[in-house]
Amino acid sequence: MPEKNEDIRIGVFLCHCGSNIAGYLNMEELEEFSNKLPHVTFVQRNLYTCSEGGINEIKKGIKEQNLNRVVVASCTPRTHEPLFRSSCGEAGLNPYLFEMVNIRDQCSWVHMKEQEDGTNKAKDLIRMGAAKAALLEPQESIISEVQVRALVIGGGIAGMTSSLALANRGYEVVLVERKETLGGMLNNLNKLGPTMKEASELVEEKTRAVNGHSNITAFTNANVIEVQGFIGKYKVDIETKSGIKKIDIGVIIVATGGRAFVPKGLYNYDGKRVVTQLEMEKILKDGLDPDIKNVVMIQCVGSRNQERPYCSRICCQTAVKNAMLIREQNPDAKVSILYRDMQMYGVENEEMFRDSKAKGVRYINYDPANPPVVAPDKVNVYHALLGRDMDLPADMVVLSTPVVSQEDAEATSRLLRVPVDENGFFLEGHVKLKPLDFATDGVFLCGSAHFPANIREAIAQGLGAASRASIPLSKGSVVVEPIISVLANEDACRGCGLCVALCPYGALEIQKTEKGRKVHVIDVACKGCGVCAATCYQHALSINSFTDQQIKAQLEAFLD
Amino acid sequence: MLDVGRHPNIELLAYSEVEKVEGVAGDFSVTVRRKARYVEEDKCTGCGACAEKCPTVVSDAFNEGLGNRRAIYSYFAQGIPSTHTIDADHCRQLNGKKCGICAKTCQAEAINFDQKDRIVELNVGGIIIAAGYDVFDPSLIPEYRYQEIPNVVTAIEFERLLSASGPTGGHMDRPSDRAVEAEIEELEKKANKSLKILSKLEKKFDEPSDQFYEKYQAGAYKDDEDRKKWADKYAAHLTVAMPLEELKQKAEGFTVAKRLAFIQCVGSRDFRFYPFCSGYCCMHSIKEAIIAHEHEPETTSTIFGMDIRAVGKGFEEYKIRGGNNSNITYMRGRVAEITEGPDNNPVVIYEDTRERKVKRQEFDMVVLATACAPIKGIADLAKTLGVELDKYNFLKTSSLSPVDTTTPGIFVCGCAESPMDVPESVAQASSAAARAAEIAFQSELEKEKAVA
Repeated sequence: MPEKNEDIRIGVFLCHCGSNIAGYLNMEELEEFSNKLPHVTFVQRNLYTCSEGGINEIKKGIKEQNLNRVVVASCTPRTHEPLFRSSCGEAGLNPYLFEMVNIRDQCSWVHMKEQEDGTNKAKDLIRMGAAKAALLEPQESIISEVQVRALVIGGGIAGMTSSLALANRGYEVVLVERKETLGGMLNNLNKLGPTMKEASELVEEKTRAVNGHSNITAFTNANVIEVQGFIGKYKVDIETKSGIKKIDIGVIIVATGGRAFVPKGLYNYDGKRVVTQLEMEKILKDGLDPDIKNVVMIQCVGSRNQERPYCSRICCQTAVKNAMLIREQNPDAKVSILYRDMQMYGVENEEMFRDSKAKGVRYINYDPANPPVVAPDKVNVYHALLGRDMDLPADMVVLSTPVVSQEDAEATSRLLRVPVDENGFFLEGHVKLKPLDFATDGVFLCGSAHFPANIREAIAQGLGAASRASIPLSKGSVVVEPIISVLANEDACRGCGLCVALCPYGALEIQKTEKGRKVHVIDVACKGCGVCAATCYQHALSINSFTDQQIKAQLEAFLD
Repeated sequence: MLDVGRHPNIELLAYSEVEKVEGVAGDFSVTVRRKARYVEEDKCTGCGACAEKCPTVVSDAFNEGLGNRRAIYSYFAQGIPSTHTIDADHCRQLNGKKCGICAKTCQAEAINFDQKDRIVELNVGGIIIAAGYDVFDPSLIPEYRYQEIPNVVTAIEFERLLSASGPTGGHMDRPSDRAVEAEIEELEKKANKSLKILSKLEKKFDEPSDQFYEKYQAGAYKDDEDRKKWADKYAAHLTVAMPLEELKQKAEGFTVAKRLAFIQCVGSRDFRFYPFCSGYCCMHSIKEAIIAHEHEPETTSTIFGMDIRAVGKGFEEYKIRGGNNSNITYMRGRVAEITEGPDNNPVVIYEDTRERKVKRQEFDMVVLATACAPIKGIADLAKTLGVELDKYNFLKTSSLSPVDTTTPGIFVCGCAESPMDVPESVAQASSAAARAAEIAFQSELEKEKAVA
């Protein structure tokens, strides 16, 4: 029960939601029940509490009945809590002295056929809501300025696209590339499918645009070595040829790309007669030896296996493209692609696949349980569809190896406090709904750092990540709901750091204080998920509006 | 959806169509027709009381015609905006009959039968086309007999059957069984009616109908007019009751579909229809098979495909998991034909390309993974906007400018551009937003320069 001397006056508003609630629950009974709850001084039923009329009733209640806590028993906070909160605010009551109880989704909708039980459950929920409301404390929103400058890590096609998209909207961009030149993987490619544009032309165009843009500072031969801070206020150290640069940054885009898997020990790989598709790109660029008359390509070399279970998405397209280019340079050459599934998804790829068949590229389905064998002058393969072994003469064998994550992906992940998945690719905030965001605010993702992507996809993602990153930049500040973690009992904290390790948002850090090592909550980064408070065995951390006392009061009310 | 509905910077014009576009990037004038809903947007609270009382039943397009809605409706329960709409083709009041029940029911006084289409003029800097796609109509493929065999359904129909808020509450009830159950319901109504009449007669003559009828047929009560009527009534009742009994017995044996076949590339990678690969259908089938198995652990699924294209992040792993944990078999090959066997069981005829044998296999239900077809009306929209389409009627883009249409300032994302899955659509939507914002910013800059 409240320890303060404040006179708690709770108003309970019961919403009929038309017939959505009132059609199934006994509203008179709920009204009578609510009136008897401790600290409840006012109860009102509304046809729609969310309608203009209903909102005015809440405001009137606050003013005329001197309510200092408001409980609305209606639908879901997901849709209506912001409205009710702001209405309390408009009537002069701190918006966080509001509590919502969901008697629609959790009572009338799921218990349409058990009206008495549904009503009783609604009573429980209202009693719990009122018990918590009595203990609510006012909170203030947190506003933090954003440094209007983006850091893009990685100068490949995705990173350059992101940089240009942000720069063209007037934002300052710092682009960091660890190699001598911009372009990333593109620098090793010959022609790009399906347009067959020269990769070097694209690199040149983009590099020129990046270097010529007044809003972009591009560092090559440079590495990000230190990142401190949080969304809007990062302090970044970049190691460059001319020493370490310390730059204030608002948002970060990770565009660090991937690299080609080197198939050491597989299929007699030697980098000469047996090469990877990436090496083939260079061979084709320099001009294929006219004596090469028979080429065999093998798909899924080092991928879709125990060790690396994923399909690397772009190797089939690469093989088809290079097969056609081989036929273009040496029209007599026979090219066979040994595959498991031809992953030519979408419109353009399937079209290229069809084209290649018309141009004489041969496709042979192999069974991974019975893989091809590379001999000095031929490849033996069990043709899974003909059901017999075949010897294919081979002057050259091309292995389609997967794109794998960068060797230092984990180091980058630690530097930025964002996760990588089991294959070392960066893990997005939500597989479906947040493909370009991290769970941590302020850091974004694009290109093959996320998962193997072709040029079209890398460009689209580069633009998309820029779009996501531009939101805090254009607002100039971030406003955070105050329902976050606080170090409620500083003395209890032993600075063990367990909470820091578990925080999914990088919102906690250990600081040295006069009292020793203590945890510090970066309030802008905190999402109020409560993992830290639940973990802290010292009960030092607490979540605003979900304090131990408040939850205990709710539980006690439930058990009453 | 909710975020869009609530965002202060988004003005949502649902149930509206673009009629005219003029101007250039940075300064477009757009004419939008807001179609009459016959419901005032600012008054309707979306409570649904009107739909509960509306007497007119209409086939529900959201549930792929597998269920019904009323003539006043919201497209689906969580739809944004929640504003209801009167279907002018079916509403009794709007078709000159006496009704108006919704108007009497609506406490918000939102119903307005006199509402007219309204024209809205907008001035915008950039335009994004996110018109989506249509599901390919598989009845165009004669050998799959989609219309003829009730238990051959599309992937989207199956999605509705799997949905807890769908027409079967998430049970994989077979369409043929549902048809029988609907017939039973229909016959029961009739039987109950005639039973009521018969019970009055039984009371009157103090004899059960069947006993009387036996005697009557044996020649008794020849000249009794009243009893003759009774006999006629009973005979008529039997024509309903007997098939009803038969159907009920049949329905006792009904269980949910447990043996499922998924057929890939229905309308895609097919020169008769769409030669392209629709990209998402392999994963969609795997997902449906996994969820079906979650609903009913005895479910086994066979996915028939030329290649199983599990190319996204985590997709191959998901595919393998489906095989290991959810009784999914992946069968390489293209299904030649579907016929109907006993008990309305579809029979799939295919070549097992690994064993090089033509096989026949019976299933409880067959799901067709239909192609991603360009959306109807896209040609008109493209003409209105002055943008080019590719040869399939997707918006034309280039791989180096993946969201730019052929007209500056107009962008595209999602399946209107080409078939793609959810994460790719979400990412592309952000890309299109980035390009549109860039255009808006640049044109503001130009204006400022011009003023200076």
